Amino acid sequence: MERLKVLKTYKVYIGGKFPRTESGRYYSPKNAKGEVLGNICFCSRKDIRNSVVAARKAFGGWSERAANNRGQILYRIAEMLEGRKAQFIEELILQGSTKVQAEKEVVLSIDRLIYYAGWCDKYTQVLGSVNPVASSHFNFSMHVPTGVVGILADQKTSLIGLISLIAPVIAGGNTCVVLASEKLPLCAITFSEVLNSSDLPGGVLNVLTGSCSEMMKPLTTHMDVNAMIYSGSDKSIVKELKESSALNLKRILHYDLDWMKADSQDLYKLSDFQEVKTTWHPIENIGGASSSY
Amino acid sequence: MAKKKENQSKAVKWDYSPAPESSSHINMKDQYELFIGGKWVKPSSGKYFDTINPANKRKLAKIAYANEKDIDKAVKAARKAYKTVWSKTAPAERAKYIYRIARLMQERAREFAVIESLDSGKVIRESRDVDVPLACNHFFYYAGWADKLEYAFPNRKVESLGVAGQITPWNFPLLMAAWKIAPALATGNCVVLKPAETTPLTALKLAEIIEESGLPPGVVNIVTGYGDTGAAIVNHDDVDKIAFTGSTGVGKIIQKAIASTDKKATLELGGKSANIILEDAPIDQAVEGIVNGIFFNQGHVCCAGSRLFVQESVAEEVIEKLKHRISSLIVGDPMDKNTDIGAINSKEQLDIINRYIKIGLDEGATMYQPDCSLPKSGYYCRPTLFMNVAQSSTIVQEEIFGPVLTIQTFRTVDEAIEKANNTPYGLAAGIWTDKGSRIFNLANKLNAGVIWANTYNKFDPTSPFGGYKESGFGREGGLQGLSAYVKLK
Repeated sequence: MERLKVLKTYKVYIGGKFPRTESGRYYSPKNAKGEVLGNICFCSRKDIRNSVVAARKAFGGWSERAANNRGQILYRIAEMLEGRKAQFIEELILQGSTKVQAEKEVVLSIDRLIYYAGWCDKYTQVLGSVNPVASSHFNFSMHVPTGVVGILADQKTSLIGLISLIAPVIAGGNTCVVLASEKLPLCAITFSEVLNSSDLPGGVLNVLTGSCSEMMKPLTTHMDVNAMIYSGSDKSIVKELKESSALNLKRILHYDLDWMKADSQDLYKLSDFQEVKTTWHPIENIGGASSSY
Repeated sequence: MAKKKENQSKAVKWDYSPAPESSSHINMKDQYELFIGGKWVKPSSGKYFDTINPANKRKLAKIAYANEKDIDKAVKAARKAYKTVWSKTAPAERAKYIYRIARLMQERAREFAVIESLDSGKVIRESRDVDVPLACNHFFYYAGWADKLEYAFPNRKVESLGVAGQITPWNFPLLMAAWKIAPALATGNCVVLKPAETTPLTALKLAEIIEESGLPPGVVNIVTGYGDTGAAIVNHDDVDKIAFTGSTGVGKIIQKAIASTDKKATLELGGKSANIILEDAPIDQAVEGIVNGIFFNQGHVCCAGSRLFVQESVAEEVIEKLKHRISSLIVGDPMDKNTDIGAINSKEQLDIINRYIKIGLDEGATMYQPDCSLPKSGYYCRPTLFMNVAQSSTIVQEEIFGPVLTIQTFRTVDEAIEKANNTPYGLAAGIWTDKGSRIFNLANKLNAGVIWANTYNKFDPTSPFGGYKESGFGREGGLQGLSAYVKLK
């Protein structure tokens, strides 16, 4: 007798926990062959709010972690993903990729995590400056995270687009709320399980599924979201994001890139979600001795 | 014995003899036109407006009022200069033009300072020692970047944007024009700049210097007018970048207006910055810092330390010393070198400040103002302290942009951090303590773009300035200030 396969209940990831959507709603996206991918949570405005609260709560701890530790955790995420490669390849194939494409996408995703893991304890060195001011002050500028970032993940890919957006954001000490690809949501949810076993504190990354057009507004108009990323080419979405930014001056970033390309990763994706903080520290200025003595 | 006592009780009255800066050596016209394409052109509407001296309400000059047509002309001139000359000028030559502007400004520094004080109401000591030298140095600093841009952006090719539309505020008229123009030119852009309607004179004097410097016509265009003139710049199709310094309200309107375009924007907006006095602070020095933090430039400073937080154990002493200190501040003629607090920039701004003072009183706060005399004519406001305010008080929440300070106390460092960060703004913060390690702790945790420790309202061309959250985005000054005017390839 053939063994009955155990099907997976896809949940969302909020504050380090896996609830279903509070709305009780679901949708059942299909692949090109007409096969149902699963009964996916159709998240609501309330889920967005809960996620933003979780992300804000996690921000202090995450942004103040030692850079080295953040790097270790990103590396750990890559390790966990490596161990579950097969599952992601299977999901990508189910969502319409060929085996070759799927393998390539998963491997690239792992490598991209490693790339940004390495930046964690280096970007402030590359981007920061000691400024030679004319007064008796030690004046330095360093990059610090912007805060809570809302991410509208790439709609065309299930995994690589997601990884390419979240990795620089969390590497830089931000926390985020991600709306997964509407038609290709499986990898985002499974990736949450990877996160959950990788020492990433709950709330740093929150993953929601459902209708992007419905959830975009509550996310972009949320007063406690500091920045938004949109990946894609829809000009009307960019316009809506920029307009809503006028509410609390959210930083709006728009990328229209092929994330499978090697050059779609760089330092500037990371610095896009950083604020420059400049400190004037006093220098004692008494006595006449100079360093030539 | 008795006689000695009598002498002591009789307060010695220290009168300062007037020490006015002469304005006889300055060169000012009765009427200014628009500086477009290297020429002084009349506004197409034929309209002019007056700029007055807020210290005595006397008219200084008639200023051209630019409309959409004039802006179009200015943008076209800038585009033409960009295409035909400026984008083809070697970076090292670009640098030399900017150096030359810096030098010409230095040569006429005193003239700039006098006109700045006449037009804006700020005291001559500040325009002479702060505004004008900083403005010159800003050009001098950015000049050198013009041929070194590849070192500022690792692994990238740097390209200019094209035409930058720049709108500056009335609180530091010349300095803000320098902050905008210098980095734009260094990165190879052309400029259309509109100074604020109440303080256009020094930007127009700068236009004269730019003309004198031989900078190719159209690279910098200076147009004057009101908000609708600024809107015409923001909405012009052929402007690639908007740089605005001003209120958060207008910043939000601009952000909305350019939402459907590819225009880049930097917005330098409002603030409600915290100045935190810890119990181990050098108190006398801190009191000077509080005064400088809020009364510098009549409090017309976006990063003004307008919310004072004092640790409970020293609150009484600090407040008492602060009251004593502000009772000796001289409010009066900005041209007098003894004056500490000059004129409020406009009647409109004085009305706003007075409205907030009334709200403060209505909401039950305790006010202290010294009983100093004010000049009879002109717009003036006494230095004002408000005690017994809550986090939710309107005067604690909203930017007043005047010489009004709210005072709150705290017990622990954590409480200070929490209260200081509890604002939609994030421009600056001050920390006063004797302990270096404590400075770094607070500097890490305060959400503000600029942190001053044991000092306040310090600026330098090499030091980036700009805020978090609703204080806007982008930085001006320093290496980081370049990125607002380039695209990376």
